Amino acid sequence: MNIHEYQAKALFEKYGVPVPRGAAARSQAEFAPALAQLPEGATMVKSQIHAGGRGKGTFTNGFKGGVKFCADKATALAMAGQMLGQTLVTAQTGPAGRRVQSVYFTVASAIKKEYYLAILLDRASSRPVIVASTEGGVEIEKVARETPEKITKVRVDPAFGLADFQVRDLIAALGLTGAEAKNAARLIRNLYTCFWETDAAMVEVNPLITTPAGEVLALDAKVSFDDNALFRHPEITALRDLNEEDPKEIEASRYSLSYIALDGNIACLVNGAGLAMSTMDIIKHFGGTPANFLDVGGGASKDQVVAAFKIILGDPNVKGILVNIFGGIMDCNVIAQGIVEAVREVGLKLPLVVRLEGNNVEAGKATLAASRLTLVSGDTMADAAQKIVRLVA
Amino acid sequence: MAILITPSTKILIQGITGEFGARHTRLSLDYGTQVVAGVTPGKGGQHFEHQGSRVPIFNSVAEAARATGATVSAIFVPPPFAADAILEAVDADLDLAVAITEGIPIRDMIRVKRAMQGRRTRLVGPNCPGLVTPGTGPSSKGGCRIGIAPGYIHRPGHVGVVSRSGTLTYEAVFQLTSKSIGQSTCVGIGGDPVNGTSHLDVIKLFNADPETRGIIMIGEIGGSAEVEAARWVREHCRKPVAGFIAGATAPTGRRMGHAGAVIGGHEDTAAAKIAIFRECGIEVAATPSDMADALLRSAAARGIKLS
Repeated sequence: MNIHEYQAKALFEKYGVPVPRGAAARSQAEFAPALAQLPEGATMVKSQIHAGGRGKGTFTNGFKGGVKFCADKATALAMAGQMLGQTLVTAQTGPAGRRVQSVYFTVASAIKKEYYLAILLDRASSRPVIVASTEGGVEIEKVARETPEKITKVRVDPAFGLADFQVRDLIAALGLTGAEAKNAARLIRNLYTCFWETDAAMVEVNPLITTPAGEVLALDAKVSFDDNALFRHPEITALRDLNEEDPKEIEASRYSLSYIALDGNIACLVNGAGLAMSTMDIIKHFGGTPANFLDVGGGASKDQVVAAFKIILGDPNVKGILVNIFGGIMDCNVIAQGIVEAVREVGLKLPLVVRLEGNNVEAGKATLAASRLTLVSGDTMADAAQKIVRLVA
Repeated sequence: MAILITPSTKILIQGITGEFGARHTRLSLDYGTQVVAGVTPGKGGQHFEHQGSRVPIFNSVAEAARATGATVSAIFVPPPFAADAILEAVDADLDLAVAITEGIPIRDMIRVKRAMQGRRTRLVGPNCPGLVTPGTGPSSKGGCRIGIAPGYIHRPGHVGVVSRSGTLTYEAVFQLTSKSIGQSTCVGIGGDPVNGTSHLDVIKLFNADPETRGIIMIGEIGGSAEVEAARWVREHCRKPVAGFIAGATAPTGRRMGHAGAVIGGHEDTAAAKIAIFRECGIEVAATPSDMADALLRSAAARGIKLS
């Protein structure tokens, strides 16, 4: 689960990670009260969406820049009006962009130098890894590619936590000394505690800055959480912003379906994540384009199948459907009955190819045949994929 | 022979009285698996009954193992308590703990993996379908089924299967069995980013197992476990290996049901992994329908008979 920058910074403050003073606003009416919390002077206005690249983004109305420096609060007030309610397109949002539903005002900090700091899981060692670089405010992927020596990684032993020597190593790698070193050490320790205690999947500060006054501040904040751990963090679950999620994905999660919209025209309905991914792959392999990832899980009850069909058909691009079920433990006949009822209930008009395999498959195929529905049977995944690709061509 | 488990392996079920654990305990008993004990704290002294089988339930893993000689545990405990269940199996010095549970917090698994260092227990999973060593009875009954895989699709034989995905494993096994090619052992290692046993661990075991003549390795986008295994195969594996990577069409940075299947670096995309498989002499299945045939091609090229 992702959260907004202003929410991430509130979390940082709670853990003692210094951030520039700021206040968020969700409506025009909240602009003035939010700005009243900040001192007079240079102010940043930042569009709040769950995507990076905001500063270089463009609004669909042509206005450029989702993050703006304003010389004073009056300018900031006007600028916020240009952003709120508009749709921002960045390198990470896709062409549709995201509607800006809140803006965040912060004090524009004087920057001495920018750095990069992040904490995430290192899969190879199964440990948290702290990533730091002297190259901040730029794309870290580019730094990793071109000047990997400027990136330092410290893996934390979960049995002991972040060790003092590791913090010293990070500070040395960033080239910080004196008050800056002391402040950065405190920030890194507190950020690690924040990462660990909140079950974060990733915290990223880009840039981390030093100021002429010797402060060290998190100028930006991206935080995402491990969905599996949300059950023990109700206060974090409360930060979920459904406006940032695809309504079809929200509807899917209500039925324990895992759905992700893609931009093709062949919808798929599959049991199991691996099989669902490879069903998309095989559609592509035979020249089609998948419209979605949809995993109905191990059960695939009738209600789930009906819900899945409705979600799939909510996508206007869909021209055909491929159902691929390997019923290992499940009775294929029960699944076939679910498909028949679902097709009748939604009044399906599009081509449908069903590939059913596994437990009691003969009865399942008989049920499909007896239904008089205009569906096509596929024997193998390859056969089914080729058939649906031909039907939508 | 097989790897990790044989038809005579004695297993215990942690979470035997939960709905999920109970259902699959019944299926394992039907398959002929030696389920000798169940563990549910607070229900020690009761029995799990199924068609003439009477499996004693214990309060702790140590007690169950001591009383019954069980050496392997299948863990069906819900996510909030699953890490504790794994640690309990490790503390009882079992040979193998198989964590079926889906949805264990990553932080819990980071701690579990650290706590397991230097201990004798091997962990398979979590978020995995488990293992099957097929038996010689009808529909491969009499084998050892640990977890949630459908037993009847298997056939005893000489191909080892290792995979992160459950249904893709069944797909591969089904293709093999349809072609009358049996399996030595099938291992689902699970889709989570932090897990116990890797592709490489299982491939080393298959390579050392005299009964295993060929290997199917099924992977996904994300992480570098398949790449690490492929490079080892190039240097050390003496057997034909076929591979498939799911997720070629997955959009960058999106979660695809498995927390681990998120594209992050440059060697963890499907295209990169497939290229590395080819470099390492692994026969790549072009589609998931081609997994058994890919292994047959690789075996034929080396003059090895799989059945």
